[in-house]
Amino acid sequence: MVELREVSKVYDSGTVGLDRASLEIGRGEFVFLVGPTGCGKSTCIRLLLKELEASAGDILIAGKKLNDIPRQRVPYLRRNIGVVFQDYKLLPNRTVYDNVAYSLEVIGESRQAIRRKVPDILRLVGLSTKLHNFPDELSGGEQQRVSVARAFVNHPPLLLADEPTGNLDPETSIGIMQLIYRINRTGTTVVVATHDSEMVDKMRRRVIELREGRIIRDELSGLYRPDESTTEFAVRLRGEMGVGPEGHPN
Amino acid sequence: MRLGFFLKEALRGLSRNSAPALAALLTVMLTALVLGVFIPIVQATTGTANEVRNRVVVDVYVKNDATAGERKELRSALEDTANVRSVDFISKAEGLAQARKKNPAAFKNGAELLGDNPLPDTYRVTPEDPGKVGLIVDRLAPKEADGLRVPSLAGIDEVRNKEEDTEKILSATGLVKILTAGLAALLIFASIALIANTLRLSIFARRREVEVMKLVGATNWFIRWPFVIEGIFVGFMGGVLAVLLLTIAKETFIDPLADRFALLAAPDTIHFPLLVVVLLLACIAVSAAGSALTLRRFLRV
Repeated sequence: MVELREVSKVYDSGTVGLDRASLEIGRGEFVFLVGPTGCGKSTCIRLLLKELEASAGDILIAGKKLNDIPRQRVPYLRRNIGVVFQDYKLLPNRTVYDNVAYSLEVIGESRQAIRRKVPDILRLVGLSTKLHNFPDELSGGEQQRVSVARAFVNHPPLLLADEPTGNLDPETSIGIMQLIYRINRTGTTVVVATHDSEMVDKMRRRVIELREGRIIRDELSGLYRPDESTTEFAVRLRGEMGVGPEGHPN
Repeated sequence: MRLGFFLKEALRGLSRNSAPALAALLTVMLTALVLGVFIPIVQATTGTANEVRNRVVVDVYVKNDATAGERKELRSALEDTANVRSVDFISKAEGLAQARKKNPAAFKNGAELLGDNPLPDTYRVTPEDPGKVGLIVDRLAPKEADGLRVPSLAGIDEVRNKEEDTEKILSATGLVKILTAGLAALLIFASIALIANTLRLSIFARRREVEVMKLVGATNWFIRWPFVIEGIFVGFMGGVLAVLLLTIAKETFIDPLADRFALLAAPDTIHFPLLVVVLLLACIAVSAAGSALTLRRFLRV
């Protein structure tokens, strides 16, 4: 699904974002990119979105080289990639409903389809009562749910998340991770960048660790059961992170 | 194209960013107002300058003893000369009458002293391009080596074009024309820069929004259309307000005075309806194009 071949990224300032990184992510995989701040996680995500251009090497998504995609085709690439950001990046002057609807308007969905799909996806992320609230009227966790809904509403084959839980407390984080896991279970390939290594270790998914732009660990571990249900997943996670089932930290 | 969606987006943008939109609207209005006042002034000035230039003429005095054949030949030669717009014949009698009219006091007592009418028959030649009046003179009476002008045709007594006056008129009106053209260019440039800057402010406030739109896969034109529609609306409203103010000013101040002052009633200033149309179109074009162009910077995500 995603392949990096000897990819380097050097910023104009001379900072090295990524240093000859190679990796391969299969269809339907759930992968964590971990490492401290400035290790190249975000660079990686932004390269996959073609928000940045690689200085060297090839990036392939679904077998297509990103270098070969001309500038005016980039929007069509992005329509097949859902993105979730640490700072949510919602449109501040639109309601929850309109924020999610926007990514459907962009791909030219009909009005009826939008009216059907948006409430559906918002029910899935548990926000069916906040359709007409504005982002600044929601909590951080709720805003992140909107952003996940927006990323997933047109069922992209690839979902990228850059520190999706960076601004959230542990309980809310588990909720978001559970949501992302649920999306992964529908067959979507998921790449999550995070510096929260504790959470990553407990989730027992494939982990790629970066340090100073280099891949220093890639655990294709068989530690986890790939068929774990979302409920089992959440229960286990809550137990391991010391968060009670009622949603209050012990 | 999804016109309904874009219109809705534009309306949302305007209502959510009403302060910068209002600033842009006022800027458009003020510049249109200044242009609306300035355009007729420029035209009146250049019109007057042109009128003055048209007073540049060449007088060809006919010899008193010229035969009818020579006169006929002279007239057709004059009409065939390059850069000649028209040739008027002023007979001795007419010349005297004109002189009398121009300076009645001098003729009051002294008319008898003149005795016979001393004025020659004259062909008054009006040039097509006043700036090249010298060519006509050179053609009719070429300069000889000793600097004296010798008529090229038998019937000509003398060729005169009041050289000093002509020089003055030409250089003064030329300067006026260059100055007004320069001022007009400066003003138009300043207007465009001012409007572009105000639009940039209003779009800069929304650059994050544009970035997010790009990240969820919106094409550039999908993002641009609402901004262009906003620009059209702002330009149109600013233009309409300016035109309203101009109309009020014209009706209350200019029209009552126009009868009394030649400049204001100068016949070749732009017609008011045409001015209105030009201003409105300019406002709309500048602010719509300004919006689209300013956006370009933020679309490179």
